[in-house]
Amino acid sequence: MTRAAVRREAATAAIALLVAVAAGSLLMICARRSPVEVWGAMLGRTLGDPYAVGQVLFKATPLVFTGLAVSLALRAGLFNIGGEGQMVAGSLACAVVGAALPAATPAPLAIPLCLLAAAGAGGLLGAATGALRAYRGAHEVIVAIMLNAIVAGVALWLGNAGLFVGESTHTAPIVAGAQLPALGIAGSAVNASALVAVAVAAGVWWLGERTRVGLDWRIVGASPAAAENAGLPVARAVVAAMATSGALAGLAAANFVQGYKHVYEAGVGRGAGFLGVAVALLGGAHPAGVVAAALLLGFLSHAGLVVADLVPKDLVDVLQAVIVLAVAATAPAVRRFMRAEARP
Amino acid sequence: MIAAMLSLAFLAQVVRITIPYAMAALGGSLTERSGVVDLALEAKLLVGAFTAAVVAHATGSVALGIAGGAAGGAAVAALQAACVLRLGADQVVVGVALNLAAVGLTRYLLEVLYGSSANSPPVPGVGGAVAANPILWIAAAAAIAVPVAVSRTRFGLRLRAAGDRPEALAAAGVSVERVRLLALLAGGAIAGIGGAQLSLAVSGFSADMSSGRGYIALAAVILGGWRPARAALACLGFGLAEAIVIQLQLHAGGFPRELAQLLPYGLTLAVLALAMARSRPPAALGKAAE
Repeated sequence: MTRAAVRREAATAAIALLVAVAAGSLLMICARRSPVEVWGAMLGRTLGDPYAVGQVLFKATPLVFTGLAVSLALRAGLFNIGGEGQMVAGSLACAVVGAALPAATPAPLAIPLCLLAAAGAGGLLGAATGALRAYRGAHEVIVAIMLNAIVAGVALWLGNAGLFVGESTHTAPIVAGAQLPALGIAGSAVNASALVAVAVAAGVWWLGERTRVGLDWRIVGASPAAAENAGLPVARAVVAAMATSGALAGLAAANFVQGYKHVYEAGVGRGAGFLGVAVALLGGAHPAGVVAAALLLGFLSHAGLVVADLVPKDLVDVLQAVIVLAVAATAPAVRRFMRAEARP
Repeated sequence: MIAAMLSLAFLAQVVRITIPYAMAALGGSLTERSGVVDLALEAKLLVGAFTAAVVAHATGSVALGIAGGAAGGAAVAALQAACVLRLGADQVVVGVALNLAAVGLTRYLLEVLYGSSANSPPVPGVGGAVAANPILWIAAAAAIAVPVAVSRTRFGLRLRAAGDRPEALAAAGVSVERVRLLALLAGGAIAGIGGAQLSLAVSGFSADMSSGRGYIALAAVILGGWRPARAALACLGFGLAEAIVIQLQLHAGGFPRELAQLLPYGLTLAVLALAMARSRPPAALGKAAE
């Protein structure tokens, strides 16, 4: 990314956050609360408490994965809103493989196997979405929304048909070797998958900026027609980019299944897939920006809980959507403004 | 089971299920024919369902509730217009954001207004006899009026031009932005009335009650080749399929419930995989007017 592009993305994100603060304040007033009081409580009760900081990191971890998933697809000109289903499929696959391993499987073998299962299941869904788009011209957003619903239903069916333990809504626990340890921040749920997330972010940066494949995807994203003329296999690039994107979303399973619950549980991590859209847009579809945006939205998720006594916790869902809307609405204007500024 | 399917009650059920789909698809075909991608149909249904319930609850009037649904759908469309027409925002991203915002906002306001984030209090509804449901007759009128308006009126001509050849329309001295704004507002109001059917048919709003119908309606628009009459007919097909599933669940216990409920989504996927190859979208769909 050039310096100007970084400045542009930063300006867009700053404006979007201001809009979100304004919209949030308005909603707080609707609930007859002082915005100063609620925002103050969000900051004070979260940043002043080590446990809460750990929880923010825990909530940010899956958002890094789903945010990277949306970013990578955006770079290739695709909109992956299937993160929710890809994450559920990845989580179920991760838990099933983790539970099926022999009890004595060593960690260096069990952890990668579970991650592979999560990425594989998410990647398969992503590939299916990409193939329907590339070869059948189907709109990837509608396809992904339908797949989200279908995966949720099939996961529930598989669970009730035998994967869930007894009358519960969770699977059998994964073996000890497959578990990712907690980082030990004041007893919070943040775990080693946060480190995996940072490593994967670096890997996505490398793939996008330093490899031939990343360059090809960017050309396809910028102009499919130009890519076609240059002899690039556009359809194959679309499927591959969506498969990789789906695999990234599937990896979000590491946080809940391997790092926290050690089982698949119905409804686990719900919402992190959709939030990936906000993370990717706010982060300017750049891996470093994604990590920063994931931290911010992770903070917002937790802050919504700690002020639930003041305002309905759904406030945070609205703010996340407002951020997406504001980034989309201000990006073209910021681009125009900066272009005009650059001219002598 | 066959006897149950041939009954009047079954037909009434098909009609009841079809109305929200068909209204969303009719509204969506207006918007899309003008050149604007209408992923926000889901938000228009949900917000329409919410405002219809709130107005019906506050006034005790079903008619005002329906009007409230139209206003709610149009309000979403107005916000969409501000973002995509005025600010040139990405149409797909705006649609997705509006859908997410609608889910959160209706829950939030439900809590603020009624102290529950799941359900509204009971409101006057349109349940009971299908023929006595005013929304049925509004839907029937829309199913005739929208296709006629698109193919046989001056506004329809401009609408199609805005979607297919905006530069020609602009050259003729007509504001593309204005035509698209009108299409969005009218389409939003129609979809909003479809939303009113969702809440008023069960005499109350519940969170997330649109449950993907907006996306399915958009698939129907695509299946209908962006022709409103065919899109509405496709919705009748979806309504029929859904009613059959309900009958199957009532009469044949063996099939897993979790999977039976997935039929509308699976059907939509199949339709998208098969339909696009032969239908042609408006040429300027999704492109901002210069």
